[in-house]
Amino acid sequence: MSGYEDFVGVVSNTVPNEVEKGAIRKFADAIGDDDRIYREVEVAKAAGYRGIPIPPTFSRTFDFGVIEGLVLPTNGLIHGEQRFKYNEPICAGDVVYCSRSLLRVRPTSGRMGKMTFFMFEGVVKSGSGEVLLVENSTVIQMGAGE
Amino acid sequence: MKLEVGEKLPELVKPAITQTQLVMYSGASGDFNPIHTVEAYAEQVGLGGTIAHGMLSMAFVGQMLKEAMGPRGRLQEWGVRFQEMVRPGDVLTCSGTITGVREEADGHVVECDVVALTQKGVKAVSGTATFRMLK
Repeated sequence: MSGYEDFVGVVSNTVPNEVEKGAIRKFADAIGDDDRIYREVEVAKAAGYRGIPIPPTFSRTFDFGVIEGLVLPTNGLIHGEQRFKYNEPICAGDVVYCSRSLLRVRPTSGRMGKMTFFMFEGVVKSGSGEVLLVENSTVIQMGAGE
Repeated sequence: MKLEVGEKLPELVKPAITQTQLVMYSGASGDFNPIHTVEAYAEQVGLGGTIAHGMLSMAFVGQMLKEAMGPRGRLQEWGVRFQEMVRPGDVLTCSGTITGVREEADGHVVECDVVALTQKGVKAVSGTATFRMLK
């Protein structure tokens, strides 16, 4: 596992993401949610939103940038946990600014053999720098890796 | 739904996941890992066939929460652990149980446990959520 610790705390580049109405609709179609709130601005406004809101897990579709030099193994990776924290609604038409960082790396060994836990944090900000949403994901690498 | 500890959130039973849905979700999410879409590849890496994106199961739970809360609800924070592989053909039932309620100036803050079970009763994902019900 040598090397990964060097990337803890390193922040990626920040990427502007345009929140597209069509992308929200396609996401809702894919998850099988036919709610009009994801398709009609009048319905969204009646529910108190500025515009069509993003579904709860939609922010995973944003580009959070690249942590320069960090290369995770491509095989044997499992998505272990996922968290979201919302400060302000994000709506179609918004441009949001996303970046990510590696919070922690934790090698373990147990009955499943060797595993390494990578904890990432993604931050979504408004144009004025306000934090709108924070997502945390834990990715588990099974086996000794490398 | 009453805002009381022990109260169940209305269940959401999703239609059986199809391979087409996994292709749609790959496109909509940008996650093109072939373990979700290419049967031969998923076989070759030892998965015994394609598996659903964990984030698809989480999205189902998100839909259950949205429908339970209604238009006056605002999800504050939530998280899940991915516990079991989900495959095309599986039927997920999403549900939740209120574990805490407190009153604040602009409404109630509700805490709950959430889970998605497969048709075999196996936990696919489980976790906790906190939402606000606006006045």
